[in-house]
Amino acid sequence: MKDKTIKVDYLARVEGEGALIVKIKGRRLTDVQLKIFEPPRFFEAFLRGRKYSEVPDITARICGICPVAYQMSACHAIEDAFSVKVEGPLRELRRLLYCGEWLESHALHVYMLHAPDFLGYEDSLSIAKDHPDIVKRGLRIKKTGNEIVSLLGGREIHPINVRVGGFYKIPRKQEFAPLIENLKWARDAAVETVRWVSGFSFPAFERDYEFIALQHPGEYPFNEGRLVSNRGLDINIREYEQHFLEEHVPHSNALFSRLIGRGAYFVGPLARYSLNFDRLSPLAQETAKAAGLGSTCRNPFQSIIVRSVEMVYACDEALRILDNFETPDAPAVEFEPRVGTGYGCTEAPRGMLYHRYRIDDHGLILDAKIVPPTSQNQKTIENDLWQFVEANIDAPKDTLQWQCEQAIRNYDPCISCATHFLKLVIERE
Amino acid sequence: MAERRKPKLAVWKFSSCDGCQLSLLDCEDELLAVAGALEIANFVEASRAVVKGPYDLSLVEGSITTPHDAERIHSVRRASKFLVTIGACATAGGIQALRNFKDVKEFTSIVYARPEYIETLNKSTAISDHVHVDFELRGCPINKTQLVEVISAFLNKRKPNTPPHSVCVDCKRNGTVCVMVAHGTPCLGPVTQAGCGAICPAYTRGCYGCYGPKETPNTKSLSLWWSGLGVSEQDLVRAYRGFNAYADPFRKESEAHEG
Repeated sequence: MKDKTIKVDYLARVEGEGALIVKIKGRRLTDVQLKIFEPPRFFEAFLRGRKYSEVPDITARICGICPVAYQMSACHAIEDAFSVKVEGPLRELRRLLYCGEWLESHALHVYMLHAPDFLGYEDSLSIAKDHPDIVKRGLRIKKTGNEIVSLLGGREIHPINVRVGGFYKIPRKQEFAPLIENLKWARDAAVETVRWVSGFSFPAFERDYEFIALQHPGEYPFNEGRLVSNRGLDINIREYEQHFLEEHVPHSNALFSRLIGRGAYFVGPLARYSLNFDRLSPLAQETAKAAGLGSTCRNPFQSIIVRSVEMVYACDEALRILDNFETPDAPAVEFEPRVGTGYGCTEAPRGMLYHRYRIDDHGLILDAKIVPPTSQNQKTIENDLWQFVEANIDAPKDTLQWQCEQAIRNYDPCISCATHFLKLVIERE
Repeated sequence: MAERRKPKLAVWKFSSCDGCQLSLLDCEDELLAVAGALEIANFVEASRAVVKGPYDLSLVEGSITTPHDAERIHSVRRASKFLVTIGACATAGGIQALRNFKDVKEFTSIVYARPEYIETLNKSTAISDHVHVDFELRGCPINKTQLVEVISAFLNKRKPNTPPHSVCVDCKRNGTVCVMVAHGTPCLGPVTQAGCGAICPAYTRGCYGCYGPKETPNTKSLSLWWSGLGVSEQDLVRAYRGFNAYADPFRKESEAHEG
């Protein structure tokens, strides 16, 4: 057998810049590297000396696809340091904003980035040539999500209305009204999406992952909860750094994250779904069952179904919030900045996003730590590729290359996020 | 008659958050029309397929921060007939240009355990510091309506209509009460270029300058006003050192207040 090397210089349909190298000697797989060469941007370094109030706006710029996630984790971490609780209608509005981001981000991934792999198209615009109504449906779901972020956040990308303690201004109740009709349409369209993607053919591929996600007693997780896993992890988010470590490897500008003593783990829709199935809305649960999913899903290729189920949930949850809408007494909770360390963990569309800040008596950031979902999944993605390539080692190179790319896109990796890093890791010789 | 060849569009990424190129995909109502008028020949975030250059229109996102990218931008320029930078990173170096005021070695060791693995330049710089740029579209992020305007102007061989006036003009037009006059909220609107729709004051907060300096900004006068509102010198420095920190007028003004 000839040796072969699969080399993808620029991974397409992912956010940011990454490359893939797979080396096969004879019939033996010898190396897999998911290379992240997205240039480093040093957010954790230049956050030092910035005011706490600037942090939500600055960290939003880590990612243009999930800025709300960064703003939410940042706000919660700083509020934790100041012992501020944001509750009632303000808390509900934060969930509404997150519903918007999940919808736009999931619709982007399902329709524009991932579906083309299953249908054998290079991109969604080529799908649109043959099936314009399908792509239009995806764009309209995406737009519905963006409308929420735009109204409540001020604009779709890098919203301006989020602040520590709440918002700068709450739009009037009647301004939210047009969202309701669109969300009802989007909910039906999301159910239709689940049906559509569940008809794709999926490689028989399952692994026994350690799933990690937030878990909250009464709700599907966005902003709050304990960090739990299917292997017994159950911690307060403040204990995160006692359980997780980041490593710096030569082939990547993103740090690899691992669970101490156990190694690679999995964050994102599959983990959230498998740990919180019973907290999904009844319609989302029914839709998942009708699509043939159980209450756990271990096939990463099926993440496209789970993402679509989460779109159903996001519509349901947004509609629930809008039905019970109460105007908050003030756009933000009042508080006094004080010295302290705060921790924040929320569920970005791609998975758990951890922030930690140490703040001085002038409200300035002394140091920051940010762990995005993609760097947490990086090791798991490589492990998936090892197993997948070994099982398909005789496949023609082009097929194998495309399937490897698809296996990476299962995670909706956000490489822009993953390089905007993380903090110092202790390495012992 | 043979159909005229559609102009080829390419989208390039340097150091950035991807938000500006996402704006193109966020044009949910216009995207299919854009795809109808142009051949999307190279847009890695959206497609595996890459059509060879040269390209009639190149949209460039991100700033130059690595030796490799400082080379790559020249090949992008050579392959592009008309090159438009999109966003604050490409136009002014972006938020990552905050490194330009510090020692980048220190930054690398704060973030990375093994700084020797990291290849990076001392400064994050705008695309126009490296190659000729035909048009610059401002914003962090860009406004998608302005993006459609730029593409449409290109297709119709006219100059894009993106006014260089200040955010203040848009507030007046929108009937937004001035947050600085009415509430004493510091606002960068008087020195910042319009384009965002003047959204921050509409949400009762001060503009934070994400569209960069307007034409002939009077930053010195604005800083005096801010000082009158009780803003400290350190806060002035931070205000100008945001998403367009390395745009000349903002950089100079921030340096003027550095003690």
